[in-house]
Amino acid sequence: METSTFLMLIYVFVLASFVGFELINKVPPTLHTPLMSGSNAISGITIVGALVAAGQGDSFLSSILGFIAVIFATINVVGGYLVTDRMLKMFKKK
Amino acid sequence: MELIRTVVIPVVYLVASFLFIMGIKWLSSPATARKGNLYSALGMFLAIVVTLFDQHILEFHWIMIGLLIGSLIGVILALKVEMTAMPQMVGLLNGFGGGASALVGMAEYYTHLHHGFPADPIKLTVAIGLSLLIGAVTFTGSLIAFGKLQGLVTGKVVKFPFQNPLNVLLVLAVITLIVMGIIDPVNQWLYIGLVGISLLLGVLLVLPIGGADMPVAISLLNSYSGLAGAATGFVIDNNMLIIAGALVGASGIILTQIMCKAMNRSLMNVLLGGWANAGSAAADTASGKDLVVKSIDSEELAMLFSGASRVIIVPGYGMAVAQAQHAVKELMDLLQKNGTDVRFAIHPVAGRMPGHMNILLAESNVPYERLYALEDINDDFRNTDITLVIGANDVVNPAARSNASSPIFGMPILNVDYSKTVIVVKRSMNTGYAGIENELFYMDNTLMYFGDAKDAIGRLNNELKGKA
Repeated sequence: METSTFLMLIYVFVLASFVGFELINKVPPTLHTPLMSGSNAISGITIVGALVAAGQGDSFLSSILGFIAVIFATINVVGGYLVTDRMLKMFKKK
Repeated sequence: MELIRTVVIPVVYLVASFLFIMGIKWLSSPATARKGNLYSALGMFLAIVVTLFDQHILEFHWIMIGLLIGSLIGVILALKVEMTAMPQMVGLLNGFGGGASALVGMAEYYTHLHHGFPADPIKLTVAIGLSLLIGAVTFTGSLIAFGKLQGLVTGKVVKFPFQNPLNVLLVLAVITLIVMGIIDPVNQWLYIGLVGISLLLGVLLVLPIGGADMPVAISLLNSYSGLAGAATGFVIDNNMLIIAGALVGASGIILTQIMCKAMNRSLMNVLLGGWANAGSAAADTASGKDLVVKSIDSEELAMLFSGASRVIIVPGYGMAVAQAQHAVKELMDLLQKNGTDVRFAIHPVAGRMPGHMNILLAESNVPYERLYALEDINDDFRNTDITLVIGANDVVNPAARSNASSPIFGMPILNVDYSKTVIVVKRSMNTGYAGIENELFYMDNTLMYFGDAKDAIGRLNNELKGKA
């Protein structure tokens, strides 16, 4: 990895962290649980890495590890979004 | 094909990142939250689909089987879980995310072992090391948190000798292994050892944390799972992973901080098992004075309620374990029919997760406009006829205001003791999770209404119906 590429990734990381800080500061306590579960589902984005790892097909060990990673990340993603939606469905105005 | 790799995939990743940001933004208001979650899920779907066009992906059968198994388990878990079990569910899902990051880190390591490392491997190996460390700690840490909340592992504060020195030693060992891994990247045992120590570290870090501090622990682990994803982004050189991971990492830290503030404790204090020696302070308040509690039965209580015009209900974990939220909603309806103003006061760390009570009450159809946060309702207790505390202990303990020797001194509490009458629904006189005696129970304006929350509120409801 080029140093300039690496620095660019650091830039992205720092800026995205700031966005994260700004976004959450205004969330009311009512929504803390769904927010946590929703952001938890987003952390399942690691599935992108899992897909690539599982599909490379040239190292058996990598494929197996990638395969388990796909399962784990998919549970996180699918379960996370569904459970968040179930919670949010209940927050309706009377 | 080249166009897909250099333009299409990065552009779709950018769109997905945008959707994640909008999704979190909309999650901040009950009116738009569901839409926000949908946008975020759409972003994830796009990211997954476009990744499948990555030219590095040669074999699809593993992927398809993995996606199928994962989706099946995810759907079953999400649809089966009770709303009361939500904290441990989120903890468990979190663990899978962290575990996935560690597995990807390891898979990438073996791919490089197969194809060779770059001439300057420092950045790559540090990134792999971090994704293994954070991912593995998140994995076992979340499993322990899940076990504690599910009752599989003790919910108590677990202390053992040399606990903190041992943790420091393990962290130093991890750092050493990362450095050695930079120098000698082809030695796979360094990386396997790194994973092993990190898994152990996750267990040791969460085991000492008591049940009352679980909201903080879960939120912190959530943050870790984001950071693990971001570290994986550095490993595979992917902006979207870094953006999504950093968003989650930062939001988790902020939530953790909000909760620590709500308990007036530092993060360090929580992590090192803060309320561990609460027992001694408890004895001071209770013994010595000849304290008596007054109890009340459902019939008298119903009479009391029929004369009340302003009522505040304070729910706690006791309501959650008893699944009493529906009975509480019925009580609200009965009182409102009688012309009583009913509101709910929610302490930021009531329950086992931030906002846990809000979820349970929403499940039983209590409109969220009836739910008030601590700072919005605390001045109103003075003008309240009856405050009904259901299974909450530490968040209503006046010792936090008055007793400088109490371990919870300084923690913002709901000022329920200022209301004209306080009714406390509780199974017994046992202390709460923090293990601290509560003077509130012995106050002149406090009446104890003993029983399991669901049962007790049910009996009260029947009495009220009889009166109507």
